[in-house]
Amino acid sequence: MAIAKKAVVWGLFAAGGTLTSFVFPALIALFLLIATGNVPEGLQFDQIRTFAMSWLGKACLFIVLFLSVWHAAHRLRVVAHDFGIRKDALVANAVYTIAAIGTVLAAFYLLMIS
Amino acid sequence: MSRNPYVRPISTTTWYMRNGRYKVYVLRELTSFLVMFYSFLTIYGLAALAASAERWDTFLASQQSTAMIVFHGVALLYFLFFQTFPWFKLAPKAMPVQMGEKKLPDSYIIIGHYIAWLGVSVFILWLAGAF
Repeated sequence: MAIAKKAVVWGLFAAGGTLTSFVFPALIALFLLIATGNVPEGLQFDQIRTFAMSWLGKACLFIVLFLSVWHAAHRLRVVAHDFGIRKDALVANAVYTIAAIGTVLAAFYLLMIS
Repeated sequence: MSRNPYVRPISTTTWYMRNGRYKVYVLRELTSFLVMFYSFLTIYGLAALAASAERWDTFLASQQSTAMIVFHGVALLYFLFFQTFPWFKLAPKAMPVQMGEKKLPDSYIIIGHYIAWLGVSVFILWLAGAF
């Protein structure tokens, strides 16, 4: 039972790592474009809203956000240990709560876009 | 077993400063802050998108500043060199591909990842209408 559970958690973590490695450079590049004032056509309200209204768009955004926050949470837990914070139970609670909040908010706002 | 075992005095907060590899490891793991930051920034954007066109435009305008240009630029390079590229480098170790008796050479897997990453990046930027 313990092994089966570990495989799922590890699988999600690895999937999150792969997904962030592939997707985040482009995501950061888009925020960079926005910051310079050159907002791409597809990020204008009507277009991005149409994308986020489709179930495929919602699914893509949710999977990326869900896996990313859980992946990051798990690594932040280890980072805390690396920087000498040895209250693992407390840290684990904090980072996984943040990930859970991110997951719920992402799902909630995506469902609100209709 | 000794009653009074020797414990090497290693700092729990600055241990990684002793060795270049450890420093690279810590710099790599710190990219998880960026993953969290950009995830929540995107979620914040979704909240604006769910609200109204005005809120979305306010969100876009709020992101436009010289400080954010510098931050995103540094973050992009930092993320590429300490998360994306190292992740591709370890891919053949994490998922080696067996071809009968032989293993697929590591370089094939790594190059495959770079090509796939370029494809994904171009697709996302194209989808967003960046070009």
